[in-house]
Amino acid sequence: MILMNMVTPPPDIAAISALQSKLVSALRPILPEHALLWEPEDTIPYECDGLAAYKRMPLAVALPETEEQVAQILKICFAMKIPVVPRGSGTGLSGGAMPISQGLVLSLAKLKKILSIDPFTRTAVVQPGVRNLAISEAVSHLGLYYAPDPSSQIACSIGGNVNENSGGVHCLKYGLTLHNVLRVRGVLMNGEIVEFGSLAPDAPGLDLLAIVLGSEGMLAVVTEVTVKLVAKPKMARVIMASFDDIEKGGNAVAAIIAAGIIPAGLEMMDQATTRAVEEFVNAGYDLEAAAILLCESDGTPEEVAEEIERMTKVLEQSGASGIQISKDEAERLKFWSGRKNAFPAAGRIAADYYCMDGTIPRRHIATLLKRIQGMEKKYGLGCLNVFHAGDGNMHPLILFNGADVEEWHRAEEFGTEILEACVELGGTITGEHGVGIEKINSMCIQFGEGERESFWGVKSAFDPEKLLNPDKGIPTLSRCAEYGRMRISGGKLPHPELERF
Amino acid sequence: MNAANPIIEAFREQILSAAKNQTKLSIEGGGTKSWYGNPNAHPKLDTRPYSGILEYQPEELVITACAGTPLKEIEAALKEKNQILAFEPPNFGEQATFGGAIAAGLAGPGRISAGNFRDFVLGTRMMDGKGQDLSFGGQVMKNVAGYDVSRLLPGSMGTLSLLLEASVKVLPRPAATATLRCQISQEKALRVLNEWAGQPLPLSASCWIGDSNGEGQLSIRLAGAVAAIKAAVPLINSLVNASEVDPQSAETFWNDLREHKLPLFENLGANQTLYRLALPATCGPLSIPGSDKEIILEWHGQQRWIKAPGDEATFNLIKQLASSHGGHVTRFKQGANVNPAFQRFTLLSEQTHSQALELVQERLRSAFDPAGVFSTNRLP
Repeated sequence: MILMNMVTPPPDIAAISALQSKLVSALRPILPEHALLWEPEDTIPYECDGLAAYKRMPLAVALPETEEQVAQILKICFAMKIPVVPRGSGTGLSGGAMPISQGLVLSLAKLKKILSIDPFTRTAVVQPGVRNLAISEAVSHLGLYYAPDPSSQIACSIGGNVNENSGGVHCLKYGLTLHNVLRVRGVLMNGEIVEFGSLAPDAPGLDLLAIVLGSEGMLAVVTEVTVKLVAKPKMARVIMASFDDIEKGGNAVAAIIAAGIIPAGLEMMDQATTRAVEEFVNAGYDLEAAAILLCESDGTPEEVAEEIERMTKVLEQSGASGIQISKDEAERLKFWSGRKNAFPAAGRIAADYYCMDGTIPRRHIATLLKRIQGMEKKYGLGCLNVFHAGDGNMHPLILFNGADVEEWHRAEEFGTEILEACVELGGTITGEHGVGIEKINSMCIQFGEGERESFWGVKSAFDPEKLLNPDKGIPTLSRCAEYGRMRISGGKLPHPELERF
Repeated sequence: MNAANPIIEAFREQILSAAKNQTKLSIEGGGTKSWYGNPNAHPKLDTRPYSGILEYQPEELVITACAGTPLKEIEAALKEKNQILAFEPPNFGEQATFGGAIAAGLAGPGRISAGNFRDFVLGTRMMDGKGQDLSFGGQVMKNVAGYDVSRLLPGSMGTLSLLLEASVKVLPRPAATATLRCQISQEKALRVLNEWAGQPLPLSASCWIGDSNGEGQLSIRLAGAVAAIKAAVPLINSLVNASEVDPQSAETFWNDLREHKLPLFENLGANQTLYRLALPATCGPLSIPGSDKEIILEWHGQQRWIKAPGDEATFNLIKQLASSHGGHVTRFKQGANVNPAFQRFTLLSEQTHSQALELVQERLRSAFDPAGVFSTNRLP
């Protein structure tokens, strides 16, 4: 927050109010009355997304009900040079939908129809505001489902998933949003309607769909998504394995993959997490274990039996101190309940928690966990570690008290150090939550000047005026320079070998 | 960040000098796919000097290699650890390189179940038209830091940047496979394949070869856990009266399909073009005037190979037909007498709702390559 104010000077209040009237009168003719909000009491729910620490009030909020309205809104904003921040369900954890003070929030929440379902081609065409889980629910009777299942799937929208390239617990086997979306229809900032990808296996020209996926609302506004549906596995079972040492647990993850097994889910929790969640869900976790692994197998009963046996063998050889296999669906869900409730459990033992989202190569899991233990002492804050271990994507939950500003800053510093460690270990600062506004400074650590410049080149190819969610995702040169100075003045310059600007 | 490497410095020099002299460069590896895409006679940039596997740890499910590495070398390294490139990129010759396969972006029979090349690209190191050495993505599967520039390279045919290195996801070789074969009409084949694909069956690849108006031979490859294959074989055999193909001939068949060594691919008439149609699963049998009777369907009918006259009228007709079904067509290979200057691809401007993307694509290329060194039009 402090950093942001350094880069953007506080805007003039009278000018903002004049701009607001201009924008509202331009949008009123094209939108129903209830679809345009500008009074502070109406727009305040939009001041932030799932990352509540970053807030700002927009000029106005538009809630279009048709693609045509989306296109018209964008045309008007394009002509007025007013920046637009697209928003889905607002569950994002990196501030990607945080408003811009002199901009419009474009909520796609009212575009929430499932337009068609085709069991023969295993596809569904849905509007961006459709919730992730609603797709699977709508096709369940056909024996199909939509595979990516981010933890927020009850609430998060498919449009948001497209923009974050969301994963979930099962993406090791079933892939990310990228692997499960065939076509995206959207509107460019100038109001032109376009289609990326195709129902055919490929489309002419460069693969622009690949770059729109995960673009954090900066390249196009999504108005329609064609998703791939897959056959529901007949059954699933999960193994819960305890390890008395984090390192052994980390090595077991690598050993399962090396044995040629791709489990449907492969998750890890450290002791602090199991203790926090056990109190909450009574899943029967081994509280003495330094780490718990959940390894899921799905498929036909024969396949599952075969895979469970193979995984059990590998886990035993990797030194598991205890192994339990779910006997039935109820027990499987019980084993998972703790993992699924890690976030609320964190919310129960601390006033606030700050969820991180780095990815590292699997072999470094133990190294990173040990480093985080050191950081807990350094910053005087606790941390729960839950991992999508199968793909090295970790979500440390840093516990802090948000009422104490100094403690929040320590939590931020703690988080930044974790992300720096991820980059150093050959990983990335964000696996699935996005850069948004939160990790924009860390982008300066992960990428050099050439890459940063190329990202702006990509942005300009879609949005030459830089009006679509322009303050997210990619840092400006001056921001990186400012950030570089800050880190040096703190006496903790990371990566001195990196070029500074 | 990367210590000066004389090979990469030579690439940079060649690119910068081309930019300065306003000339273009045609990026080439082993030249096994040089006939693919729009032809051009620009000076070549040979990627082969930059060769070698840089990192391969089987438990990370990722291999990182230089663009000039022979594809054979990569496949051999994977084979040793019982892993595969699940989308089965065609080699089309012994000299095929890793970079060339990525630039072509083609995939083999496994594409229908595993995904295409870009689904597997995790990160790249590339050199843009300004001679900048850039790295995007990484070696991990989940990564949303910055735009996913790496995934623009598969299928870009050297028109965006010079690929230097790539990290590609690999998968374990399936524990068991089986190939089944039956006689069936095209229409019925399309129906059963799509029905099965919606069920929890270990369907890995399919290929229907036959008379476009009549009967043909459907080959189905199953891959997965031993138990899954054991259960699926009798089930499918009973549904379509199929029988199992011995593993040796099955392997040869799928490999010949992947490498275009089946008779249909090998005997192209001098006035003919081998057309590749990419179509949605909803598209039924197509009839194309003047085409050879025998056609090949892969990917449950979503990729079709048809030999027909190479003239513009036929191409336009097939193009319209494919577009009307929501797909597109490529002049994949040309007979000796077909005018080599003919456009090989369907253009963005010829498809609905992609006209505006032509400008986006142009600006994207110019962002990476303002002097147009790589703008050879090999891919329009």
